[in-house]
Amino acid sequence: MSYRIALTAITLRELRRFLSQRGRFFAALVRPLVWLVVFAAGFRAALGLSIIPPYQTYITYEVYITPGLCGMILLFAGMQNALSLVYDREMGTMRLLLSSPLPRPFILFAKLFAGTVVAVAQVYAFLVVALLIGVDIPLSGLAFILPALILSGMMLGSLGLLLSATISRLENFAGVMNFVIFPMFFLSTALYPLWKMAESSPLLRDICAMNPFSHAVELIRFALYGQIAPVPLLVVLGCGAVFFALAVFFYDPRRGLQRSKA
Amino acid sequence: MSGLNIADVSFNYGAKRALDGVSLTAGPGRFTALLGPNGAGKSTLFALISGLIATRRGRVLIEGFDIATNPRAALSRLGIVFQAQTLDLDLTVRHNLRYFGALHGMSGKELDQRIDAAMDRLDMRDRLGERAAELNGGHRRRMEIARALLHRPSVLVLDEPTVGLDVASRMAITRHVHDLAADEGLAVFWATHLVDEISDGDDLVLLHKGRVLAAGQAGALRGQVLLNDWFLGQTRVPA
Repeated sequence: MSYRIALTAITLRELRRFLSQRGRFFAALVRPLVWLVVFAAGFRAALGLSIIPPYQTYITYEVYITPGLCGMILLFAGMQNALSLVYDREMGTMRLLLSSPLPRPFILFAKLFAGTVVAVAQVYAFLVVALLIGVDIPLSGLAFILPALILSGMMLGSLGLLLSATISRLENFAGVMNFVIFPMFFLSTALYPLWKMAESSPLLRDICAMNPFSHAVELIRFALYGQIAPVPLLVVLGCGAVFFALAVFFYDPRRGLQRSKA
Repeated sequence: MSGLNIADVSFNYGAKRALDGVSLTAGPGRFTALLGPNGAGKSTLFALISGLIATRRGRVLIEGFDIATNPRAALSRLGIVFQAQTLDLDLTVRHNLRYFGALHGMSGKELDQRIDAAMDRLDMRDRLGERAAELNGGHRRRMEIARALLHRPSVLVLDEPTVGLDVASRMAITRHVHDLAADEGLAVFWATHLVDEISDGDDLVLLHKGRVLAAGQAGALRGQVLLNDWFLGQTRVPA
């Protein structure tokens, strides 16, 4: 009972804060839209797409990258949340949480869940705009992708928490961008299907196939068409559990304490 | 064992010793001041008391519950006011208080009644709907103290709670917390480096370079000299 009360309160707080910061909302929306409108327009001509599951017909490139861009929103949000959780920006409120009688793994889980809910809200805002500008995605898919978005968001948030809790040299967001977000995003199935990658290099294809982010994107892609992709589902669940367990193990609030003292 | 008991606590940041065999007690109904210059180890001691960092040597007991072995029981009996401000400035006063209450398992009508009563005591009930950012520094601090008491703890610890406040707010808050100890029987543990916040009847623990230099009633400790002079004399670094 007290866990449910706390989880609801932590999630509501995150949503209220997000809604009160409109700038953050628009910034989060603009990034994937620029990709969808500008990048996809350029690549449409360059990339021929064959019919691959879950698609049953030829699709436009915009349709192909939409699940990837949903994943991108979750990836960025996950990393940003994790960083703010570890470093001083949220240190004051983190202290309040950590000194409550709730167990630490639950607190971290609740923070990740709350961050994921906010990220999922951003994904839906993006999808609404995508529909409005004419990207052909099934309306029913909007309901089906919810569990996929939450699982993927939790997995990416846990990864972010693990990274920021362990790698002290990646101190700023730029470092995480260059060494984690960009490689994860570009070496995945978000922008190109695996067979397209294989045309240029089998090694690249193998890296893409192993990248947990690819599995998150595929989970979302299949869910958008009402299908469950079993392998991506298992990978996302498994990686999520491992990342989270490691993050809890390595999380150390002293890091923030020492920084705020310095 | 009631109140706050700290027994032989030591703590290192890497090779640097922050606390060295610290033992002290803050009893119920008493205002116990932890006096020490900057860098004495006050904040580290607070991080240990609030369970933010784990004790490696020694024990921290809150109402007899060890923070290391029974953190839930210990923390549910502890109210904390941190030195750094921990309000969500974007949220309203009521939302801030509700959020905290929920972390302690409270919700619904009972929580709202406690919030109303707490704000009545501070004469701030009409400001529940305002954003925390609209309150001045003194009011924010009072609200944080009220928040720390929502779950009715037996021990209240405050880490330099008057930092950055003007003289009038500082005095009002110091008086308010003295009253809480006397009227409600709370064990108050108040860290400060400002001697004018301490009365002769208060218990005093002097912390310097991670060690307890002196402990006892403030009036008895200072004797005939001013508390300020006594403090400077005790913590003077030989030139």
